[in-house]
Amino acid sequence: MKNLILTTAMLALTAGAALAQDVVRMGTEGAYPPYNFINDAGEVDGFERELGDELCKRAELNCEWVTNAWDSIIPNLQSGNFDVIMAGMSITDERDEVIDFSQNYIPPASSAYLALTADADKGGVIAAQTGTIQAGYVAESGATLLEFATPEETVAAVRNGEADAVFADKDYLVPVAAESGGELVLLADEVSLGGGVGLGLRESDTELKAKFDAAITAMKADGTLNTMITKWFGAEALTF
Amino acid sequence: MFASCADPSTLSGLNWTLCYLTTGKHLDFYWSFVTVMMLLVITAPAAMAFGFGGAVAARSHIAPLRWIGKAYTAMVRGVPDIVFFLFFVIALDQGIEWVNHQYQCPDWTEPVWKGLEFRVCPAAKVPLSTASAGWHQAYGFALAVFTFALVFGAFAANVLYGAMEAVPGAQLETAEAYGMSHRQVFRRVLVPQMWTYALPGLSNLWMILIKATPLLFLLGVQDIVYWARELGGAKTQAYAYPHPDWRLYYFLGLMVFYLVMTKLSEIVLGRLTARLSQGQATMAGDAMRKAAT
Repeated sequence: MKNLILTTAMLALTAGAALAQDVVRMGTEGAYPPYNFINDAGEVDGFERELGDELCKRAELNCEWVTNAWDSIIPNLQSGNFDVIMAGMSITDERDEVIDFSQNYIPPASSAYLALTADADKGGVIAAQTGTIQAGYVAESGATLLEFATPEETVAAVRNGEADAVFADKDYLVPVAAESGGELVLLADEVSLGGGVGLGLRESDTELKAKFDAAITAMKADGTLNTMITKWFGAEALTF
Repeated sequence: MFASCADPSTLSGLNWTLCYLTTGKHLDFYWSFVTVMMLLVITAPAAMAFGFGGAVAARSHIAPLRWIGKAYTAMVRGVPDIVFFLFFVIALDQGIEWVNHQYQCPDWTEPVWKGLEFRVCPAAKVPLSTASAGWHQAYGFALAVFTFALVFGAFAANVLYGAMEAVPGAQLETAEAYGMSHRQVFRRVLVPQMWTYALPGLSNLWMILIKATPLLFLLGVQDIVYWARELGGAKTQAYAYPHPDWRLYYFLGLMVFYLVMTKLSEIVLGRLTARLSQGQATMAGDAMRKAAT
């Protein structure tokens, strides 16, 4: 009995110590290269993995990565299954009403259309990922919106002729167009949407938000963030 | 996995294929087949237990027990699966954490539910946020098994209830005339005879369960359909093994897997039906008796 009490006390102590270290669980989609994807070793990789790890190092946090489907990423943040969303999520007013955002770590970037031909009809059937600012834009533009759960499927819909074009972040579409061997082309005009990409946090987590904000400010100031953006998105990508 | 796979860009032909099929991601894919099989193996008996309990409760002479049994089958069968898998699991998860919270942190003053946020004290998280990824997966899997068992148990309860009602009344009366108690009649006469009536319904449920496993992904468990979609999707140079859209091949593989599973089940269930019909007062039992003489 004495032993039992002792072990429980020990356990309680070690648990307390471990909790003090603050494991921050980072939620991402893992299907949006080069922002975030699951690499061939089965681990989360991409721009946001590298940036997130660097931010955690600077903020002295112990971070762990988890993947979650895009559709349910906000509800799962709120119910506490992870603490931060880092999934190429644009800062918008609608989302800001339910969760909080850090300052942006990618400047407000262009969204673009990708189609089989350069003269594709932007008012026709347009594919976009469910719950993205691009899907909202297409719905308001008067074109027929065709929604898919993953970015991959939106591009596949254009390839098989189901949609006239796909509307998504330009940074996602550029490598897809470049490697399609001329099959897919980016349309000339681009649209700027949202307030850039930021980390999503629970509204009550103000302390954690301040830590990440400070780390992002520092990375913007010393230029390491710009280097990272250029590394993952190419020389033409917008920087701070 | 192999040392020769260190630099995929230099590989070609068979070597490339071999290295590609043994990446960490593919190993996760192969492992997910084991996850699905494990789910089936654990869920089936658990659902039977729920079903048996539900059926016995629904036939009980004690009114409250009967109401519980009837309410369980009626409610769970009436709610669409997808609603159940989306909301019940979140509610269950929050319920477990809330109970744990009351126990672990009685001094916590902040509200647990604040607007849309759910927040318990860090020590009450299940599993703890410091736990390894393996524990998080195991917890997700356990929630999945429980949910599947609860849903399929409700259907099984109805099947077993019908089967118990189908056992000829004369058999039970004869047993009672021999002086057996209710309990003995149930154990020695009713239960052994009901399986032949229950089997067609239960085999349907088993087949549906096999095909319902992709719902696992809704519960956060990465199953074979998730991996097939993830691996088959077109890959750019950001990945070590770029390739075009190969989802068709992956899904063809899954089709073969599901067909093999259902075919094997059919063979086993067919044998079981034959075995259980022996000596029964049913058409199949009669046919067997005539064939034997």
